[in-house]
Amino acid sequence: MKLQDFVVEKAIVAQLKGVDRDTVIRELVDALIEAGAAPRAIKDELIKLILDREKHGSTGFGKGVAVPHVKHDKIKGMAAAIGCSAAGVDFNALDKAPVYSVFLLLSPKNKPDDHLHAMENIFSNLQKDTFRRFLRQAATVEAVLDLIQDADSQQIQG
Amino acid sequence: MPTTGESISSEVTIKNRLGLHARPAMSFVDIANTFVSQVLVKKGDQTVDGKSIMQMMMLAATQGTQLQIVAQGPDAPQAIQALRALIDRKFDEE
Repeated sequence: MKLQDFVVEKAIVAQLKGVDRDTVIRELVDALIEAGAAPRAIKDELIKLILDREKHGSTGFGKGVAVPHVKHDKIKGMAAAIGCSAAGVDFNALDKAPVYSVFLLLSPKNKPDDHLHAMENIFSNLQKDTFRRFLRQAATVEAVLDLIQDADSQQIQG
Repeated sequence: MPTTGESISSEVTIKNRLGLHARPAMSFVDIANTFVSQVLVKKGDQTVDGKSIMQMMMLAATQGTQLQIVAQGPDAPQAIQALRALIDRKFDEE
């Protein structure tokens, strides 16, 4: 599985307006819904489920990245938004550091294996210092797209 | 990270339907971090640090996946026992 298989181009927000965890999550869910990745009718429910998940345990796993996610039976295919914040956002991360890059992943409820493969792909990239640095520096949608294309073609070293 | 002491390993199979997703992976890492021993988790040729949530998420350990837990250090047997128990009880998910 590649990033381009599930990252929704129209849901790449290179300059997040949100300044805290909740507004960033809303902004990225909005972007996914505008892009047609999820039905509008479940927008508020998705936001609530994602926020509940964060309160249970932050997906800010450290190193300036967070991967909020939810599984829902109305989601037909995996879809991820990417958000970048130059200023950084408090995600209550495990290392307490600000989060600069957010992958927000929506997964169908009945495909847990696909969800794990998408997470594997996201974390394999986020584990690389170079990928994190480029993503943090990306200020345009084009820069993010170039990065994920390079990542998918294995052009990014650890 | 201590490298002295006993090195022991144990084969486990992920049994819960949802596999090793974020919440169970976090439980695993939390328990692993209560031990001073080094904890590695192997899936085929892939080896990750069992104390790193980001590395654990790279395993994509779906239901039925076989993993090998390797612990090395003074409390290695206890670490293996605790981590095995967590996986065997399906991370308290089902």
